[in-house]
Amino acid sequence: MTELNKLTLAEARDALRKGDVTSVELTEACLTAIDGADALNAFVHKTPELALERAKAADERLKAGDAPAMCGLPIGMKDLYCTKGVASQAASGILEGFVPEYESTVSQKLQDAGAVMLGKLNMDEFAMGSSNETSVYGDSVNPWKIDDRKLTPGGSSGGSAAAVAADLCLAATGTDTGGSIRQPAAFTGTVGIKPTYGRCSRWGIIAYASSLDQAGPMTKTVRDAAIMLEAMAGHDMKDSTSADLPVPNFEAMLTGDIRGKVIGIPKEYRPEGMSEEIKTLWDEGAAMLKAAGAEIREISLPHTKYALPAYYVIAPAEASSNLARYDGVRYGHRAKLSAGDGINEMYEKTRAEGFGDEVKRRIMVGTYVLSAGFYDAYYNKARKVRTLIKRDFEDAFAAGVDAILAPATPTSAFGLGEMKSADPVEMYLNDVFTVTLNLAGLPGVAVPTGLDSKGLPLGLQLIGRPFEEGDLLNTAYALEQAAGFVSKPAKWW
Amino acid sequence: MSIDTGTAAKVAKLARIKVEDDQLPALAEEFNRILGFIEQLGEVDVEGVEPMTSVTPQRLKRREDVVTDGSYQDKVLSNAPDAREGFFAVPKVVE
Repeated sequence: MTELNKLTLAEARDALRKGDVTSVELTEACLTAIDGADALNAFVHKTPELALERAKAADERLKAGDAPAMCGLPIGMKDLYCTKGVASQAASGILEGFVPEYESTVSQKLQDAGAVMLGKLNMDEFAMGSSNETSVYGDSVNPWKIDDRKLTPGGSSGGSAAAVAADLCLAATGTDTGGSIRQPAAFTGTVGIKPTYGRCSRWGIIAYASSLDQAGPMTKTVRDAAIMLEAMAGHDMKDSTSADLPVPNFEAMLTGDIRGKVIGIPKEYRPEGMSEEIKTLWDEGAAMLKAAGAEIREISLPHTKYALPAYYVIAPAEASSNLARYDGVRYGHRAKLSAGDGINEMYEKTRAEGFGDEVKRRIMVGTYVLSAGFYDAYYNKARKVRTLIKRDFEDAFAAGVDAILAPATPTSAFGLGEMKSADPVEMYLNDVFTVTLNLAGLPGVAVPTGLDSKGLPLGLQLIGRPFEEGDLLNTAYALEQAAGFVSKPAKWW
Repeated sequence: MSIDTGTAAKVAKLARIKVEDDQLPALAEEFNRILGFIEQLGEVDVEGVEPMTSVTPQRLKRREDVVTDGSYQDKVLSNAPDAREGFFAVPKVVE
């Protein structure tokens, strides 16, 4: 058998059920891999004792014949999820020392399904970033390496992507507000799905932009994404926006049969200056789906160009409201005050010290677009454009399109620090292909389909109809089978 | 629309984030670049379009208006930077 930490969820599950391996053995293999991978800075709070305790309990359940989907499988948890008794600080200095007294619904569901949490994973501060460089823990590093440079694993779920790609865990949780699952998945040769808005409960996940945030799995294969998403999804009374719909057995829907499916190719996703490699990758992906029996159809999503500017009004606006709670009163950091400082000085100093630059920038942009005199010009305008962006997709689906194929990212992973001097807007452009479906609430999955000329992974993205993740994952499965991507990063860490 | 240092200072104040005076010009410059990017939205014809309030058509669920949870004073206060006698403590607010 291969090293246990290198198994997929499906392989490990089957081995556990057969009794070929124990959860304790799987967990110990991952813990050893994690301890040897500090150079990746993926796990930022390790919980080995808790993991072994849960692994032992999972082994008992397996012995008793009670083996839910995720039973005994070791996973990593993005730091954005509140986990009872374990530090949860959204990679922010302002939540230094915060230890929740409660568990997020999604992490609780995974725990109830028997999953073993190995620790908390690095990310961009409050999920605001596309390179994992805004984290208070420092940069997470991509296990893929082609020269002396250290590359970004993407963001915001950069630690999750790095950990899965480096086989530090069998799978990990992520969250996606504008591409934070799909872009890091594409940068690391892993699979990531952002489900339909409302499919997973947001309760207990530290909020960035509530109308866009969704939890999702980051895995080694599409099959694993199906298994883990089923365990994470479902209605929750504690999140009024979670959908009260049955959660299907997504794995059972992976037949690989996509004959007769209509795949839309949006012409607006070919911006000027798009690299030839990405174009080729995209054309090859379409050819693979066609060879599998799908019909390829060019479609138009005319408002695509306006998705990113609309996002950079709506997301900061919601963030400025959500992050108002970090005031130095109830949890986290409080600034040391000077004699005579009142409560306003406490708020202002606490937030100046606790938040990083990108978070401050977005809070203030959000404050501005919501302020008197600008609310209509910016915020309401962006919400109207959002309606139009969603309508573009509805029109395509109404015309018979089953899924839309697009690139996941404009480039492969770039070097850490290379964008430091860039305009903030340049970093935002990383999300150009992913952000549209957050605005429309749609599910999207990134699948690795090839390597670029430098030897770095590239991914394609499939976008599906609302609440039809099963069908979407099946199309992704067909693409995965056809692409046959099996490359792994060579171990240097 | 161009943001000057005075507007940047006002926004920082509204957001309750202390920004030193010498940082204000750089902040105003960043705002201008971001808002310049956002200005593209002006090109879109939104005549007669409703602003989105909910991305899924679902009605929000209702429940009985009763207490379902609570009595966790210790847990609520456990992460407070300063808690005394069952309360959050803050600098003096009224003279």
